[in-house]
Amino acid sequence: MDISRREFTKFGCRIIIGAAAGATIVESIATMGAAQVESPNKDYDWNEHLWGYVVDTRKCIGCGRCANACKLENEVPFDEPVYRTWIERYRVTREGNEETVKIDSPNGGIDGFIEDIPAKEIKKAFYVPKICNHCDNPPCVQVCPVGATYMTEDGVVLVDYEYCIGCRYCIQGCPYGARYFNIEKGTADKCTWCYHRITKGLLPACVQACPVGARKFGDLKDPESEINKILDKERINVLKADLGTKPKVYYVGLDREVR
Amino acid sequence: MVAEDLIWGYIYPNEIEIQWSILIVLYPYITGLVAGAFIASSLYHVFGKQEIKPVARFALLTALAFLLVATLPLVTHLGNPLRGIEIMFTPHLTSAMSGFGYIYSFYLIIVVLEIWLSFREDIVKNALKFKGWKKLMYSSLALFSYDISEKALHSDEKFARKLAIIGIPSAAFLHGYVGFIFGGIKANPWWSTPLMPIIFLMSAIVSGIALLILLYITASWLRKKVLNYKTLFSLAHYLWIFLILDVTLELLEIISMKYESLEEIEIIDRLLSEKIATTFYGVQLTMGIFIPFVLLILVMVMKNREKLKTLMIAVSSIFVVIGVFAMRWNVVIGGQEISKSLSGTNTYVPVFFSQEGVLPALIIMILPFIILTVLTYILPPWKDMET
Repeated sequence: MDISRREFTKFGCRIIIGAAAGATIVESIATMGAAQVESPNKDYDWNEHLWGYVVDTRKCIGCGRCANACKLENEVPFDEPVYRTWIERYRVTREGNEETVKIDSPNGGIDGFIEDIPAKEIKKAFYVPKICNHCDNPPCVQVCPVGATYMTEDGVVLVDYEYCIGCRYCIQGCPYGARYFNIEKGTADKCTWCYHRITKGLLPACVQACPVGARKFGDLKDPESEINKILDKERINVLKADLGTKPKVYYVGLDREVR
Repeated sequence: MVAEDLIWGYIYPNEIEIQWSILIVLYPYITGLVAGAFIASSLYHVFGKQEIKPVARFALLTALAFLLVATLPLVTHLGNPLRGIEIMFTPHLTSAMSGFGYIYSFYLIIVVLEIWLSFREDIVKNALKFKGWKKLMYSSLALFSYDISEKALHSDEKFARKLAIIGIPSAAFLHGYVGFIFGGIKANPWWSTPLMPIIFLMSAIVSGIALLILLYITASWLRKKVLNYKTLFSLAHYLWIFLILDVTLELLEIISMKYESLEEIEIIDRLLSEKIATTFYGVQLTMGIFIPFVLLILVMVMKNREKLKTLMIAVSSIFVVIGVFAMRWNVVIGGQEISKSLSGTNTYVPVFFSQEGVLPALIIMILPFIILTVLTYILPPWKDMET
């Protein structure tokens, strides 16, 4: 066979262009990512719900039961520094005109907190429970290179453990430190709002465990839900609103020191 | 707990583990060297700078040698390395990272084609000259097409030039895009800046030219040949120009951060004064930019004294490649040492033996030099240097 170089080059170019076009088609299908397209439970219609979460920081007593319940319920390793939810303690002390804020969350607050500053030195103190914000504009979903993390129709941000490649870009992309690396699975991991429970009509483990009702969970689509009542009545804030992530965890009584 | 000694202030509990290790420092470092070496070769191939010709093909081989290992640090770092290929099959296009596979492959094709075209004459001559397995190797490399008439070579050259023209934006894109992977992360105040892609690109060009200078000096020394000073001084001149662009952008970023003094400034100040003070002010700026900058000015004003000037250029280049490594380190590691709570810092402690340790990083950094040696054995670029 006698083909000139010119013909060969032309042929080669056609193959490359063809492959690129093929890849584009694959891409357009693939952008749906690995996300499920159907509701996980047969008797649960995810189009009927939009889940939301309210934290009343004024009520939290820092007992750590929520964080403990979460680790038990979701088999999050107890001996590793990884948390789907945690409690932060803020203590503002004043010396003369100088104010200092000391923040801590030893072991995510699971074991409670030690009083290591004399009470009379503390001007103000409060606890802030933290959890994935299940943002309506989630940066973690945006940055996942393979679409392994996705938002369900009912507004929950989940990770597909069968699909995640473990690049950890989502952990970098989350402004709230809500994600961690699951060494066992080799994937990213995070709070699911106990998706396996809420789709059966149960509450997330952390909400169930809270003895003072500082954590509330419910359906934003249901005007009669407890969280909608709170959102209607209280002055609400979200974390790092300036980043445009549109969190669905709403805070009551959030101090300016909290980020 | 050991981890607690490394922490200052408050970091989110999940931030105790630093996610991106030294391997992710290598990734932008290596792609930067690739882009830089390619752009150095384009000075001849596209802009027709004759004084660069002696190293133009050598620069292309260097680019390929580093390009071939560019994916290694990434894949080694993955939690599920076998699923890495999904980035090609099911890219999620809103992610800056998802384009990597395509941009990388496209660029690889360009570099390989460019090398093939610029070495084709040699390949064909070798195919005709040798016997046995060498003949087979060169014939396969020539794709069994042996036309090296004046006309064919001329059209080769024209096509190579067109390719190199596409190659420049591709190289810029390959590396600028790596900058965007960091620059586009709003969660991290140390990363999030639109300047990041262009800073990455300028430091890439700087590191690539410096690497080429070092390899050129080493190759000439090993082969006991005299250096072409015109080429060397010209490369040094380009290095100097790109150093200026690089430092302007790097300082601009810091100055605007300090001047605007947003919420995150306190933690950034702490990062710069406590965590990465040595690697930032010491290695990245002083050693990596200001000393080479001064040395290269001296080289340009000094007359004669070729040996001394060569030494000064070599020292500058060594400092530059170390400085750019420090720059990658300061971005990748520095950005993870500050907490997104903006209230504390963590410390990255490299491990030697581990999947993401210093040992795999060293192996990955040695590999391109072995690949380059093999490449220059198959496709010797030396005759360009002798004329």
